[in-house]
Amino acid sequence: MRYAFGKIALVFYLLLLMLPIYWLIVTSLQTNAQILGSFDLFPPDPTLANFTRILTDRTWYEGYINSLTYVGLNVVISLSVALPAAYAFSRYKFIGDKHMFFWLLSNRMAPAAVFLLPFFNLYSTVGLFDTHIAVALAHCLFTVPLAVWILEGFMSGVPKEIDETAYIDGYSFPRFFVFIFMPLIKAGIGVTAFFCFMFSWVELLLARTLTSVNAKPIAVTMTRTVGAAGIDWGTLAAAGVLTIVPGAIVIWFVRNYIAKGFALGRV
Amino acid sequence: MNKTENNKAWFLVLPVVILVAFSAVIPLMTVVNYSVQDIFGPGQRFFVGDEWFRETLRDPRLHEAFLRQLLFTGTILAIQIPLGIAIALTLPTKGWGVSACLVLLALPLLMPWNVVGTIWLIFARTDIGLAGWSLAQLGIDFNFTGDPLHAWITVVVMDVWHWTPLVVLLCYSGLRAIPDAFYQAAQVDGAGAWAVFRYIQLPKLTGVLTIAVLLRFMDSFMIYTEPFVLTGGGPGNSTTFLSQFLATAAVGRFDIGPAAAFSIIYFLFILLFSWLFYTAITRISTGTR
Repeated sequence: MRYAFGKIALVFYLLLLMLPIYWLIVTSLQTNAQILGSFDLFPPDPTLANFTRILTDRTWYEGYINSLTYVGLNVVISLSVALPAAYAFSRYKFIGDKHMFFWLLSNRMAPAAVFLLPFFNLYSTVGLFDTHIAVALAHCLFTVPLAVWILEGFMSGVPKEIDETAYIDGYSFPRFFVFIFMPLIKAGIGVTAFFCFMFSWVELLLARTLTSVNAKPIAVTMTRTVGAAGIDWGTLAAAGVLTIVPGAIVIWFVRNYIAKGFALGRV
Repeated sequence: MNKTENNKAWFLVLPVVILVAFSAVIPLMTVVNYSVQDIFGPGQRFFVGDEWFRETLRDPRLHEAFLRQLLFTGTILAIQIPLGIAIALTLPTKGWGVSACLVLLALPLLMPWNVVGTIWLIFARTDIGLAGWSLAQLGIDFNFTGDPLHAWITVVVMDVWHWTPLVVLLCYSGLRAIPDAFYQAAQVDGAGAWAVFRYIQLPKLTGVLTIAVLLRFMDSFMIYTEPFVLTGGGPGNSTTFLSQFLATAAVGRFDIGPAAAFSIIYFLFILLFSWLFYTAITRISTGTR
Protein backbone atom coordinates (compact mmCIF):
# COMPACT_ATOMS: atom_id res chain seq x y z
CA MET A 1 0.00 0.00 0.00
CA ARG A 2 2.73 2.42 1.05
CA TYR A 3 4.77 1.23 -1.89
CA ALA A 4 1.97 1.99 -4.35
CA PHE A 5 1.49 5.43 -2.81
CA GLY A 6 5.18 6.18 -3.33
CA LYS A 7 4.99 5.13 -6.97
CA ILE A 8 1.95 7.33 -7.61
CA ALA A 9 3.65 10.31 -5.94
CA LEU A 10 6.77 9.76 -8.05
CA VAL A 11 4.85 9.52 -11.32
CA PHE A 12 2.86 12.62 -10.38
CA TYR A 13 6.08 14.54 -9.61
CA LEU A 14 7.72 13.49 -12.86
CA LEU A 15 4.61 14.55 -14.79
CA LEU A 16 4.71 17.98 -13.14
CA LEU A 17 8.41 18.18 -13.97
CA MET A 18 7.79 17.45 -17.63
CA LEU A 19 4.70 19.63 -18.05
CA PRO A 20 6.45 23.00 -18.62
CA ILE A 21 8.87 21.38 -21.08
CA TYR A 22 5.97 19.76 -22.91
CA TRP A 23 4.27 23.13 -23.11
CA LEU A 24 7.39 24.72 -24.58
CA ILE A 25 7.43 22.06 -27.31
CA VAL A 26 3.70 22.49 -27.98
CA THR A 27 4.17 26.26 -28.33
CA SER A 28 7.13 25.80 -30.66
CA LEU A 29 5.02 23.70 -33.02
CA GLN A 30 2.38 26.38 -33.57
CA THR A 31 2.21 29.63 -35.47
CA ASN A 32 1.72 32.82 -33.50
CA ALA A 33 -1.88 33.09 -34.67
CA GLN A 34 -2.58 29.61 -33.32
CA ILE A 35 -0.76 30.27 -30.05
CA LEU A 36 -2.68 33.46 -29.33
CA GLY A 37 -5.91 32.49 -31.05
CA SER A 38 -6.99 29.19 -29.56
CA PHE A 39 -6.03 27.17 -26.53
CA ASP A 40 -5.18 23.53 -27.23
CA LEU A 41 -3.48 20.87 -25.15
CA PHE A 42 -2.19 19.30 -28.33
CA PRO A 43 -1.18 21.36 -31.36
CA PRO A 44 -4.13 20.87 -33.77
CA ASP A 45 -2.02 21.53 -36.82
CA PRO A 46 1.67 21.11 -35.91
CA THR A 47 4.10 23.05 -38.05
CA LEU A 48 7.89 23.14 -38.18
CA ALA A 49 7.90 26.67 -39.57
CA ASN A 50 9.47 28.15 -36.42
CA PHE A 51 12.36 25.70 -36.54
CA THR A 52 12.86 26.26 -40.26
CA ARG A 53 13.05 30.00 -39.66
CA ILE A 54 15.77 29.64 -37.05
CA LEU A 55 17.85 27.16 -39.02
CA THR A 56 17.76 29.17 -42.23
CA ASP A 57 18.11 32.71 -40.86
CA ARG A 58 21.77 33.67 -40.50
CA THR A 59 21.22 36.02 -37.55
CA TRP A 60 19.56 33.16 -35.69
CA TYR A 61 21.80 30.20 -36.36
CA GLU A 62 24.90 32.32 -35.90
CA GLY A 63 23.92 32.61 -32.25
CA TYR A 64 24.19 28.85 -31.92
CA ILE A 65 27.52 28.77 -33.72
CA ASN A 66 28.88 31.54 -31.45
CA SER A 67 27.71 29.75 -28.32
CA LEU A 68 29.14 26.41 -29.44
CA THR A 69 32.44 28.08 -30.38
CA TYR A 70 33.10 29.68 -27.01
CA VAL A 71 31.81 26.63 -25.15
CA GLY A 72 34.12 24.39 -27.20
CA LEU A 73 37.11 26.68 -26.58
CA ASN A 74 36.28 26.73 -22.90
CA VAL A 75 36.19 22.92 -22.65
CA VAL A 76 39.58 22.61 -24.38
CA ILE A 77 41.23 25.27 -22.21
CA SER A 78 39.71 23.96 -18.97
CA LEU A 79 40.70 20.36 -19.59
CA SER A 80 44.23 21.12 -20.72
CA VAL A 81 45.08 23.18 -17.63
CA ALA A 82 43.03 21.09 -15.19
CA LEU A 83 44.46 17.66 -16.07
CA PRO A 84 48.03 18.28 -14.81
CA ALA A 85 46.78 20.28 -11.83
CA ALA A 86 44.34 17.56 -10.77
CA TYR A 87 47.15 15.03 -11.05
CA ALA A 88 49.33 17.14 -8.77
CA PHE A 89 46.53 17.48 -6.21
CA SER A 90 45.74 13.76 -6.26
CA ARG A 91 49.35 12.51 -6.05
CA TYR A 92 51.54 15.03 -4.29
CA LYS A 93 51.74 17.06 -1.16
CA PHE A 94 53.21 20.48 -1.71
CA ILE A 95 53.40 23.82 0.04
CA GLY A 96 50.00 25.46 0.03
CA ASP A 97 48.15 22.64 -1.70
CA LYS A 98 45.10 22.79 0.53
CA HIS A 99 44.87 26.58 0.29
CA MET A 100 45.17 26.35 -3.47
CA PHE A 101 42.41 23.77 -3.63
CA PHE A 102 40.12 25.94 -1.52
CA TRP A 103 40.94 29.05 -3.52
CA LEU A 104 39.83 27.25 -6.69
CA LEU A 105 36.57 26.28 -5.03
CA SER A 106 35.92 29.86 -3.92
CA ASN A 107 36.01 30.88 -7.59
CA ARG A 108 33.36 28.33 -8.48
CA MET A 109 31.20 29.86 -5.75
CA ALA A 110 31.86 33.49 -6.66
CA PRO A 111 28.81 35.32 -7.99
CA ALA A 112 29.29 36.16 -11.66
CA ALA A 113 27.78 39.60 -11.04
CA VAL A 114 30.81 40.53 -8.92
CA PHE A 115 33.10 40.06 -11.91
CA LEU A 116 30.87 41.78 -14.41
CA LEU A 117 32.39 45.22 -14.46
CA PRO A 118 36.10 44.29 -14.07
CA PHE A 119 35.76 41.65 -16.81
CA PHE A 120 34.22 44.21 -19.10
CA ASN A 121 37.11 46.61 -18.44
CA LEU A 122 39.82 43.95 -18.53
CA TYR A 123 38.76 42.42 -21.84
CA SER A 124 38.19 45.82 -23.40
CA THR A 125 41.70 46.90 -22.35
CA VAL A 126 43.43 43.84 -23.82
CA GLY A 127 41.30 44.12 -26.96
CA LEU A 128 39.41 40.88 -26.52
CA PHE A 129 35.96 42.38 -26.07
CA ASP A 130 33.32 40.72 -28.27
CA THR A 131 35.49 37.72 -29.13
CA HIS A 132 34.80 34.07 -28.44
CA ILE A 133 38.02 33.65 -26.51
CA ALA A 134 36.98 36.37 -24.03
CA VAL A 135 33.82 34.51 -23.07
CA ALA A 136 35.71 31.20 -22.97
CA LEU A 137 38.32 32.69 -20.61
CA ALA A 138 35.68 34.34 -18.45
CA HIS A 139 33.83 31.04 -18.11
CA CYS A 140 37.08 29.39 -17.03
CA LEU A 141 36.45 31.19 -13.75
CA PHE A 142 34.00 28.46 -12.77
CA THR A 143 34.76 25.60 -15.19
CA VAL A 144 38.46 25.25 -14.27
CA PRO A 145 37.81 24.78 -10.52
CA LEU A 146 35.00 22.37 -11.39
CA ALA A 147 37.28 20.40 -13.74
CA VAL A 148 40.11 20.24 -11.20
CA TRP A 149 37.79 19.05 -8.43
CA ILE A 150 36.00 16.40 -10.51
CA LEU A 151 39.20 15.09 -12.13
CA GLU A 152 40.95 14.92 -8.76
CA GLY A 153 38.13 12.67 -7.53
CA PHE A 154 38.53 10.31 -10.48
CA MET A 155 42.35 10.31 -10.34
CA SER A 156 42.40 9.45 -6.64
CA GLY A 157 40.55 6.27 -7.59
CA VAL A 158 43.53 5.06 -9.67
CA PRO A 159 46.05 3.17 -7.52
CA LYS A 160 49.40 4.84 -7.16
CA GLU A 161 51.23 1.58 -7.94
CA ILE A 162 50.39 2.11 -11.62
CA ASP A 163 52.39 5.35 -11.69
CA GLU A 164 55.32 3.79 -9.90
CA THR A 165 55.40 0.72 -12.18
CA ALA A 166 55.35 2.93 -15.27
CA TYR A 167 58.23 5.06 -13.98
CA ILE A 168 60.28 1.90 -13.23
CA ASP A 169 59.54 0.72 -16.78
CA GLY A 170 61.24 3.87 -17.99
CA TYR A 171 58.27 6.01 -18.97
CA SER A 172 58.82 9.76 -18.79
CA PHE A 173 56.11 11.76 -17.09
CA PRO A 174 54.49 13.21 -20.23
CA ARG A 175 54.46 9.82 -22.01
CA PHE A 176 53.08 8.05 -18.94
CA PHE A 177 50.42 10.70 -18.48
CA VAL A 178 49.17 10.73 -22.05
CA PHE A 179 49.46 7.04 -22.99
CA ILE A 180 48.79 5.23 -19.72
CA PHE A 181 47.11 7.51 -17.23
CA MET A 182 44.65 9.37 -19.44
CA PRO A 183 43.15 6.18 -20.95
CA LEU A 184 42.61 4.92 -17.37
CA ILE A 185 40.47 7.89 -16.44
CA LYS A 186 38.77 8.48 -19.79
CA ALA A 187 35.33 8.15 -18.21
CA GLY A 188 36.31 10.91 -15.79
CA ILE A 189 37.62 13.11 -18.60
CA GLY A 190 34.36 12.60 -20.49
CA VAL A 191 32.28 13.54 -17.46
CA THR A 192 34.45 16.59 -16.78
CA ALA A 193 34.24 17.74 -20.39
CA PHE A 194 30.49 17.36 -20.20
CA PHE A 195 30.22 19.49 -17.07
CA CYS A 196 32.49 22.21 -18.43
CA PHE A 197 30.31 22.21 -21.53
CA MET A 198 27.12 22.37 -19.53
CA PHE A 199 28.11 25.11 -17.11
CA SER A 200 29.46 27.24 -19.91
CA TRP A 201 26.38 26.56 -22.06
CA VAL A 202 23.86 27.56 -19.39
CA GLU A 203 25.60 30.79 -18.32
CA LEU A 204 24.21 34.00 -19.69
CA LEU A 205 25.24 36.98 -17.57
CA LEU A 206 28.97 37.02 -18.44
CA ALA A 207 28.43 35.91 -22.02
CA ARG A 208 25.96 38.71 -22.52
CA THR A 209 28.17 41.40 -20.99
CA LEU A 210 31.33 40.43 -22.87
CA THR A 211 29.82 40.33 -26.35
CA SER A 212 28.00 42.76 -28.60
CA VAL A 213 27.84 41.60 -32.22
CA ASN A 214 30.48 39.17 -33.43
CA ALA A 215 30.34 36.65 -30.62
CA LYS A 216 26.75 37.12 -29.53
CA PRO A 217 25.48 33.92 -27.86
CA ILE A 218 22.15 32.32 -28.68
CA ALA A 219 20.73 33.31 -25.32
CA VAL A 220 21.06 36.96 -26.30
CA THR A 221 19.71 36.36 -29.79
CA MET A 222 16.60 34.99 -28.09
CA THR A 223 15.83 38.42 -26.64
CA ARG A 224 15.37 39.63 -30.22
CA THR A 225 11.97 37.95 -30.39
CA VAL A 226 10.60 40.85 -28.37
CA GLY A 227 9.63 43.31 -31.08
CA ALA A 228 7.38 46.31 -31.56
CA ALA A 229 4.50 44.00 -32.48
CA GLY A 230 4.79 42.03 -29.22
CA ILE A 231 6.69 38.82 -28.62
CA ASP A 232 7.23 36.25 -31.34
CA TRP A 233 6.24 33.34 -29.10
CA GLY A 234 6.58 30.56 -31.65
CA THR A 235 10.16 31.43 -32.58
CA LEU A 236 11.14 32.04 -28.94
CA ALA A 237 9.82 28.60 -27.96
CA ALA A 238 11.52 26.91 -30.93
CA ALA A 239 14.85 28.58 -30.03
CA GLY A 240 14.37 27.35 -26.45
CA VAL A 241 13.75 23.79 -27.60
CA LEU A 242 16.92 23.89 -29.71
CA THR A 243 19.04 25.00 -26.73
CA ILE A 244 17.84 22.00 -24.72
CA VAL A 245 18.96 19.59 -27.46
CA PRO A 246 22.70 19.35 -26.56
CA GLY A 247 21.86 18.46 -22.96
CA ALA A 248 19.13 16.04 -24.01
CA ILE A 249 21.46 14.18 -26.38
CA VAL A 250 24.19 13.39 -23.87
CA ILE A 251 21.96 13.04 -20.82
CA TRP A 252 21.77 9.25 -21.16
CA PHE A 253 25.54 8.85 -20.96
CA VAL A 254 26.00 11.04 -17.92
CA ARG A 255 22.87 10.05 -15.93
CA ASN A 256 24.88 8.35 -13.18
CA TYR A 257 27.32 11.25 -12.88
CA ILE A 258 24.96 14.23 -12.65
CA ALA A 259 24.99 14.31 -8.83
CA LYS A 260 28.78 13.86 -8.84
CA GLY A 261 29.29 16.73 -11.24
CA PHE A 262 27.17 19.20 -9.30
CA ALA A 263 28.73 18.18 -5.98
CA LEU A 264 32.21 18.69 -7.47
CA GLY A 265 32.98 14.98 -7.59
CA ARG A 266 32.38 14.51 -3.87
CA VAL A 267 29.33 12.20 -3.78
CA MET B 1 45.88 7.75 -0.32
CA ASN B 2 49.24 8.68 1.18
CA LYS B 3 50.74 11.36 -0.97
CA THR B 4 54.38 11.99 -1.75
CA GLU B 5 55.80 15.28 -0.63
CA ASN B 6 57.08 17.04 -3.71
CA ASN B 7 57.14 20.78 -4.26
CA LYS B 8 57.86 20.35 -7.97
CA ALA B 9 54.16 19.50 -8.26
CA TRP B 10 53.69 23.27 -8.33
CA PHE B 11 54.79 23.20 -11.95
CA LEU B 12 51.77 21.05 -12.77
CA VAL B 13 49.46 23.47 -10.99
CA LEU B 14 51.07 26.52 -12.54
CA PRO B 15 48.89 26.72 -15.70
CA VAL B 16 45.77 26.77 -13.52
CA VAL B 17 47.27 29.43 -11.26
CA ILE B 18 48.11 31.66 -14.22
CA LEU B 19 44.71 31.20 -15.85
CA VAL B 20 42.69 31.74 -12.69
CA ALA B 21 44.91 34.66 -11.73
CA PHE B 22 44.05 36.26 -15.05
CA SER B 23 40.34 35.57 -14.80
CA ALA B 24 39.88 36.04 -11.04
CA VAL B 25 42.70 37.84 -9.25
CA ILE B 26 43.18 40.73 -11.67
CA PRO B 27 39.42 41.45 -11.87
CA LEU B 28 39.09 41.18 -8.10
CA MET B 29 41.96 43.60 -7.57
CA THR B 30 40.29 45.97 -10.03
CA VAL B 31 37.15 45.80 -7.91
CA VAL B 32 39.15 46.61 -4.80
CA ASN B 33 40.68 49.52 -6.68
CA TYR B 34 37.27 50.85 -7.73
CA SER B 35 35.80 50.45 -4.30
CA VAL B 36 38.10 53.01 -2.67
CA GLN B 37 38.13 55.62 -5.43
CA ASP B 38 35.75 58.07 -7.02
CA ILE B 39 36.26 57.91 -10.76
CA PHE B 40 35.03 60.64 -13.10
CA GLY B 41 37.07 59.71 -16.14
CA PRO B 42 40.58 58.78 -17.27
CA GLY B 43 43.10 60.49 -14.98
CA GLN B 44 40.41 61.98 -12.78
CA ARG B 45 40.14 59.79 -9.76
CA PHE B 46 40.17 60.49 -6.05
CA PHE B 47 40.85 58.28 -3.13
CA VAL B 48 37.73 58.19 -0.96
CA GLY B 49 38.64 55.48 1.56
CA ASP B 50 35.73 53.60 3.01
CA GLU B 51 33.09 56.07 1.86
CA TRP B 52 31.52 53.74 -0.71
CA PHE B 53 31.43 50.94 1.83
CA ARG B 54 29.63 53.12 4.37
CA GLU B 55 27.24 54.43 1.73
CA THR B 56 26.50 50.94 0.42
CA LEU B 57 25.88 49.46 3.83
CA ARG B 58 23.41 52.26 4.60
CA ASP B 59 21.56 51.98 1.29
CA PRO B 60 17.93 51.04 2.08
CA ARG B 61 17.46 49.50 -1.40
CA LEU B 62 20.33 47.14 -0.63
CA HIS B 63 18.81 46.19 2.72
CA GLU B 64 15.56 45.38 0.95
CA ALA B 65 17.31 43.32 -1.72
CA PHE B 66 19.25 41.49 0.97
CA LEU B 67 16.13 40.68 2.99
CA ARG B 68 14.34 39.52 -0.17
CA GLN B 69 17.33 37.34 -0.96
CA LEU B 70 17.31 35.78 2.52
CA LEU B 71 13.57 35.18 2.35
CA PHE B 72 13.87 33.64 -1.11
CA THR B 73 16.77 31.38 -0.16
CA GLY B 74 15.00 30.33 3.05
CA THR B 75 11.79 29.56 1.18
CA ILE B 76 13.36 27.47 -1.55
CA LEU B 77 15.53 25.55 0.95
CA ALA B 78 12.47 24.80 3.10
CA ILE B 79 10.66 23.41 0.05
CA GLN B 80 13.44 21.78 -1.95
CA ILE B 81 15.24 19.84 0.77
CA PRO B 82 12.23 17.95 2.26
CA LEU B 83 10.69 17.47 -1.19
CA GLY B 84 14.00 16.21 -2.58
CA ILE B 85 14.39 13.67 0.24
CA ALA B 86 10.80 12.48 -0.21
CA ILE B 87 11.16 12.00 -3.95
CA ALA B 88 14.53 10.28 -3.55
CA LEU B 89 12.90 7.76 -1.19
CA THR B 90 10.27 6.85 -3.79
CA LEU B 91 12.75 6.33 -6.63
CA PRO B 92 13.10 2.72 -7.79
CA THR B 93 16.35 0.97 -6.87
CA LYS B 94 16.63 -1.49 -9.74
CA GLY B 95 15.42 -2.17 -13.25
CA TRP B 96 14.97 0.08 -16.25
CA GLY B 97 13.01 2.59 -14.16
CA VAL B 98 16.19 3.83 -12.45
CA SER B 99 17.75 5.14 -15.65
CA ALA B 100 14.46 6.52 -16.94
CA CYS B 101 13.85 8.46 -13.71
CA LEU B 102 17.43 9.76 -13.59
CA VAL B 103 17.22 11.02 -17.17
CA LEU B 104 13.89 12.77 -16.59
CA LEU B 105 15.10 14.29 -13.32
CA ALA B 106 18.33 15.57 -14.84
CA LEU B 107 16.64 17.30 -17.76
CA PRO B 108 15.84 20.63 -16.02
CA LEU B 109 19.38 20.79 -14.61
CA LEU B 110 20.96 20.76 -18.06
CA MET B 111 18.90 23.60 -19.45
CA PRO B 112 20.32 27.07 -20.13
CA TRP B 113 19.13 29.33 -17.32
CA ASN B 114 17.54 31.87 -19.59
CA VAL B 115 15.55 29.06 -21.23
CA VAL B 116 14.29 28.07 -17.77
CA GLY B 117 12.99 31.62 -17.48
CA THR B 118 11.51 31.47 -20.98
CA ILE B 119 9.77 28.16 -20.30
CA TRP B 120 8.07 29.58 -17.23
CA LEU B 121 7.25 32.81 -19.04
CA ILE B 122 5.40 30.77 -21.67
CA PHE B 123 3.95 28.38 -19.08
CA ALA B 124 2.63 30.96 -16.59
CA ARG B 125 1.06 33.57 -18.84
CA THR B 126 -2.70 33.65 -18.65
CA ASP B 127 -3.20 34.11 -22.38
CA ILE B 128 -0.93 31.41 -23.79
CA GLY B 129 0.38 29.43 -20.80
CA LEU B 130 -1.02 26.15 -19.56
CA ALA B 131 -0.58 27.03 -15.86
CA GLY B 132 -1.78 30.62 -16.14
CA TRP B 133 -4.73 29.63 -18.32
CA SER B 134 -5.76 26.82 -15.97
CA LEU B 135 -5.63 29.17 -12.98
CA ALA B 136 -7.72 31.71 -14.86
CA GLN B 137 -10.28 28.99 -15.67
CA LEU B 138 -10.45 28.17 -11.96
CA GLY B 139 -11.41 31.76 -11.36
CA ILE B 140 -8.13 32.89 -9.84
CA ASP B 141 -7.03 36.29 -11.05
CA PHE B 142 -3.42 35.31 -11.62
CA ASN B 143 -1.05 37.94 -12.96
CA PHE B 144 2.66 37.43 -12.30
CA THR B 145 3.72 40.57 -14.15
CA GLY B 146 1.51 42.87 -12.09
CA ASP B 147 1.01 41.38 -8.67
CA PRO B 148 4.18 41.19 -6.49
CA LEU B 149 2.90 38.16 -4.55
CA HIS B 150 2.09 36.25 -7.74
CA ALA B 151 5.45 37.17 -9.22
CA TRP B 152 7.14 35.95 -6.06
CA ILE B 153 5.26 32.64 -6.09
CA THR B 154 6.07 32.11 -9.76
CA VAL B 155 9.79 32.66 -9.18
CA VAL B 156 9.79 30.27 -6.19
CA VAL B 157 7.88 27.59 -8.13
CA MET B 158 10.29 28.01 -11.02
CA ASP B 159 13.31 27.57 -8.78
CA VAL B 160 11.74 24.53 -7.10
CA TRP B 161 11.06 23.05 -10.53
CA HIS B 162 14.59 23.82 -11.69
CA TRP B 163 16.68 22.69 -8.71
CA THR B 164 14.75 20.10 -6.67
CA PRO B 165 16.02 17.36 -9.05
CA LEU B 166 19.55 18.16 -7.89
CA VAL B 167 18.59 17.50 -4.26
CA VAL B 168 16.84 14.31 -5.37
CA LEU B 169 19.89 13.06 -7.28
CA LEU B 170 22.25 13.86 -4.39
CA CYS B 171 19.99 12.13 -1.84
CA TYR B 172 19.50 9.19 -4.16
CA SER B 173 23.23 8.58 -4.46
CA GLY B 174 23.44 8.89 -0.66
CA LEU B 175 20.67 6.32 -0.22
CA ARG B 176 22.29 3.90 -2.64
CA ALA B 177 25.45 3.94 -0.53
CA ILE B 178 23.66 2.41 2.50
CA PRO B 179 24.58 -1.30 2.74
CA ASP B 180 21.69 -3.82 2.66
CA ALA B 181 22.83 -5.20 6.02
CA PHE B 182 21.48 -2.06 7.70
CA TYR B 183 17.98 -2.69 6.35
CA GLN B 184 18.15 -6.39 7.25
CA ALA B 185 19.13 -5.51 10.81
CA ALA B 186 16.21 -3.06 10.96
CA GLN B 187 13.84 -5.76 9.73
CA VAL B 188 15.07 -8.19 12.40
CA ASP B 189 14.43 -5.52 15.00
CA GLY B 190 10.96 -4.97 13.60
CA ALA B 191 11.51 -1.31 12.74
CA GLY B 192 8.73 0.48 10.88
CA ALA B 193 9.18 2.66 7.82
CA TRP B 194 9.51 5.82 9.91
CA ALA B 195 12.07 4.26 12.24
CA VAL B 196 14.11 3.08 9.25
CA PHE B 197 14.04 6.60 7.86
CA ARG B 198 14.76 8.34 11.14
CA TYR B 199 17.52 6.08 12.47
CA ILE B 200 19.14 4.63 9.34
CA GLN B 201 18.50 6.68 6.22
CA LEU B 202 18.54 10.20 7.64
CA PRO B 203 21.82 9.82 9.60
CA LYS B 204 23.45 8.26 6.53
CA LEU B 205 22.23 11.14 4.40
CA THR B 206 23.82 13.85 6.57
CA GLY B 207 26.84 14.11 4.28
CA VAL B 208 25.01 14.57 0.99
CA LEU B 209 22.40 16.78 2.66
CA THR B 210 25.12 19.13 3.89
CA ILE B 211 26.42 19.39 0.35
CA ALA B 212 22.89 19.85 -1.01
CA VAL B 213 22.01 22.61 1.47
CA LEU B 214 25.25 24.52 0.91
CA LEU B 215 25.09 24.18 -2.88
CA ARG B 216 21.50 25.35 -2.98
CA PHE B 217 22.27 28.13 -0.53
CA MET B 218 25.14 29.50 -2.55
CA ASP B 219 23.59 29.02 -5.98
CA SER B 220 20.33 30.64 -4.92
CA PHE B 221 22.35 33.51 -3.50
CA MET B 222 23.73 34.10 -6.97
CA ILE B 223 20.45 33.68 -8.87
CA TYR B 224 20.21 36.15 -11.71
CA THR B 225 19.19 34.90 -15.13
CA GLU B 226 15.92 33.11 -14.38
CA PRO B 227 14.09 35.94 -12.58
CA PHE B 228 15.67 38.42 -15.00
CA VAL B 229 14.01 36.66 -17.93
CA LEU B 230 10.75 35.87 -16.14
CA THR B 231 9.95 39.08 -14.27
CA GLY B 232 12.89 41.40 -14.94
CA GLY B 233 13.04 41.97 -11.18
CA GLY B 234 9.58 43.45 -11.06
CA PRO B 235 6.85 44.34 -10.58
CA GLY B 236 8.55 47.24 -8.87
CA ASN B 237 11.55 45.68 -7.18
CA SER B 238 9.67 42.76 -5.68
CA THR B 239 11.81 40.03 -7.29
CA THR B 240 15.13 41.91 -7.49
CA PHE B 241 17.70 39.73 -5.74
CA LEU B 242 21.29 40.58 -4.87
CA SER B 243 22.93 39.66 -8.18
CA GLN B 244 20.42 41.64 -10.14
CA PHE B 245 20.75 44.59 -7.81
CA LEU B 246 24.50 44.52 -8.38
CA ALA B 247 24.25 44.07 -12.15
CA THR B 248 21.86 47.01 -12.41
CA ALA B 249 24.12 49.22 -10.30
CA ALA B 250 27.31 48.26 -12.15
CA VAL B 251 26.25 48.05 -15.78
CA GLY B 252 22.86 49.73 -15.81
CA ARG B 253 23.57 52.89 -13.77
CA PHE B 254 27.38 52.64 -13.93
CA ASP B 255 27.74 53.52 -10.24
CA ILE B 256 31.18 51.95 -10.21
CA GLY B 257 32.32 52.87 -6.71
CA PRO B 258 29.29 51.68 -4.72
CA ALA B 259 28.88 48.66 -6.99
CA ALA B 260 32.49 47.67 -6.36
CA ALA B 261 32.15 48.12 -2.61
CA PHE B 262 29.02 46.01 -2.67
CA SER B 263 30.81 43.38 -4.82
CA ILE B 264 33.47 42.97 -2.17
CA ILE B 265 30.97 42.58 0.66
CA TYR B 266 28.98 40.09 -1.44
CA PHE B 267 32.12 38.15 -2.32
CA LEU B 268 33.32 37.95 1.30
CA PHE B 269 29.91 36.66 2.33
CA ILE B 270 30.00 33.92 -0.31
CA LEU B 271 33.61 33.14 0.62
CA LEU B 272 32.55 32.44 4.19
CA PHE B 273 30.01 29.90 2.98
CA SER B 274 32.50 28.39 0.54
CA TRP B 275 34.74 27.77 3.50
CA LEU B 276 31.91 26.04 5.37
CA PHE B 277 31.25 23.96 2.26
CA TYR B 278 34.92 23.06 1.93
CA THR B 279 35.21 22.06 5.58
CA ALA B 280 32.04 19.94 5.33
CA ILE B 281 33.14 18.27 2.10
CA THR B 282 36.65 17.42 3.28
CA ARG B 283 35.29 16.00 6.52
CA ILE B 284 32.90 13.81 4.61
CA SER B 285 35.59 12.45 2.31
CA THR B 286 38.03 11.74 5.13
CA GLY B 287 35.29 10.25 7.27
CA THR B 288 35.88 12.33 10.40
CA ARG B 289 32.57 13.70 11.48
